[in-house]
Amino acid sequence: MDQVGSGFSDFLQFLFMGLQRGSIYALVGMGYNIIYNSTGVINFAQGEFVVFGGLMMVTLTMTANLSIPLAFLLTVLFVTLIGVLMERFTIKPVKNPNVLRLIIITIAVSILLKGMAMCFWGKGSHYMRHFTGSDPIEVFGATLLPQTLWIIGILAVVVIGFVLFFNHTMIGKSMRACAINRDAARLAGINDRNMVMLSFALSAGIGAIAGIIITPIIQMDYTRGALLGLKGFGAAVVGGLGNSFGAVAAGMLFGIMEAMAAGYISSHYMDAVALLILLIVLFIRPSGLFGSADAARLREF
Amino acid sequence: MLKLVNVNSRYGLIHVLKNVSMHVSAGEIVTLIGANGAGKSTALRAISGLQPVHEGKIFFSDKEITNAPAEKLVRQGIAQVPEGRQIFWPMTVMDNLEVGGVVTYSLHGKKGLYDAIEGMFQLFPILKERQNQYAGTLSGGEQQMLAIAMALINRPRFLLLDEPSMGLAPLIVKEIFSVIARLREEEGLTVLLVEQNANAALKVADRGYVMETGKIVFEDTASNLMRNQEVRRAYLGKDKREIWE
Ligand SMILES: Nc1ncnc2c1ncn2[C@@H]1O[C@H](COP(=O)(O)OP(=O)(O)O)[C@@H](O)[C@H]1O
Ligand SMILES: [Mg+2]
Repeated sequence: MDQVGSGFSDFLQFLFMGLQRGSIYALVGMGYNIIYNSTGVINFAQGEFVVFGGLMMVTLTMTANLSIPLAFLLTVLFVTLIGVLMERFTIKPVKNPNVLRLIIITIAVSILLKGMAMCFWGKGSHYMRHFTGSDPIEVFGATLLPQTLWIIGILAVVVIGFVLFFNHTMIGKSMRACAINRDAARLAGINDRNMVMLSFALSAGIGAIAGIIITPIIQMDYTRGALLGLKGFGAAVVGGLGNSFGAVAAGMLFGIMEAMAAGYISSHYMDAVALLILLIVLFIRPSGLFGSADAARLREF
Repeated sequence: MLKLVNVNSRYGLIHVLKNVSMHVSAGEIVTLIGANGAGKSTALRAISGLQPVHEGKIFFSDKEITNAPAEKLVRQGIAQVPEGRQIFWPMTVMDNLEVGGVVTYSLHGKKGLYDAIEGMFQLFPILKERQNQYAGTLSGGEQQMLAIAMALINRPRFLLLDEPSMGLAPLIVKEIFSVIARLREEEGLTVLLVEQNANAALKVADRGYVMETGKIVFEDTASNLMRNQEVRRAYLGKDKREIWE
């Protein structure tokens, strides 16, 4: 019976899976871009924000038995705080910041955070209940989990919030100004250090959201940061570093291509797909699919 | 109002400002002229807090401000229009003015900010017409006016202008300088004007300093500097003699 009309329903099934994975890569990619725009640096601890988001959410919902919305909020605040502390204690004190130095610091922080996650939450993977039940909905012979809808919906909310924040609030415009021209922004009275801190806060918050919404599906453990981070990084690069819509589009592309590869070829090759797309794009269009050559120039810290 | 005492500044090992001392009194327009690479922009950046001062002191309104960060000095009434029209080109004219007025916004709220923007539109009416256009699509003159409006929007007491005439048509240069002169008359704005276009600068200025390779070599009233043989030869292109002669 499963085979009836299987061509289309299979495709649909893979597409749902792809959108779900893609949403996560999109969020992780956006996180990279926020910090990249304010500092010119790739934050290698981005994947750890995702892990902390997922694991903290597990603790708050499964152990502390908090409601999902409350746990969601507290988890995002908690990880945002980690982002702020990371900036204040490891990035801000650097005397002569340059991109390489800062990147190495973020690698160190990622190792530290990973170790801390292992200490606090152990090596096992953690189960978390779905937001609103795990009974699948049937759509043209394919099954769709309510959690998948949550994931896509939350991505949409984040993207809309992002647009409103950066285009319609003074603080968002100040952050953009600081990313475009740091000296001119300082002359306007904008404290560039605070903007950098804010970018770490936002980036950590978005990472936490990604971790929270994916954990019911993948069961989070402390090692997940590296691969999630890598694919989100790929999405950010393929979308054009610094271009957040590019990251969303590329993240979706990654997710869908992975799911199709897993479905039609073999799930063994799934993780290679993202790297393959990354390599191809870097060969053909090094500034990314949606990046201009302008945007590809590195920003000085 | 502003005083520099033996200011030295370096980029790494390159010693750019060498014992620079100068002063600007309240209500004056003072110009700093000199060849390309002399260190004029560095001097302005040292005053506005973008460039570190390694030795020496800077005073503003009798308070020491040496190495105070730029974002703090704006709040004390020092505004700089940097060299080369440093506007936020991917943002609209309106967004640029809003960002330029962050300080006004934090002091006087939304209404204060939009009143200030309206004031800038009266000073430079063309900006009002262009308010929804991306700053990068403006003409050179309009970009310079926007850059100046972004500095004036917080009603500074002291304005640092770095080569506002660079690459602009004489008519536009005239308009910009007349706005500056008017602000001095009407609001007592004090101005330190850096120019390579020494002719135009000395015409609007009261006094001037001449800088060569990081040192102040002349200081006089604008009219005396215009008559000074060496200054005429080196910076005003008079007597048909070249700098290297
Ligand atoms: N960011 C920088 N790094 C290193 N050297 C610089 C930098 N900016 C300017 N300089 C050097 O400092 C000197 C003075 O430059 P500047 O103040 O821009 O001169 P001016 O404005 O009079 O043309 C020049 O020799 C220039 O090469
Ligand atoms: Mg200069």
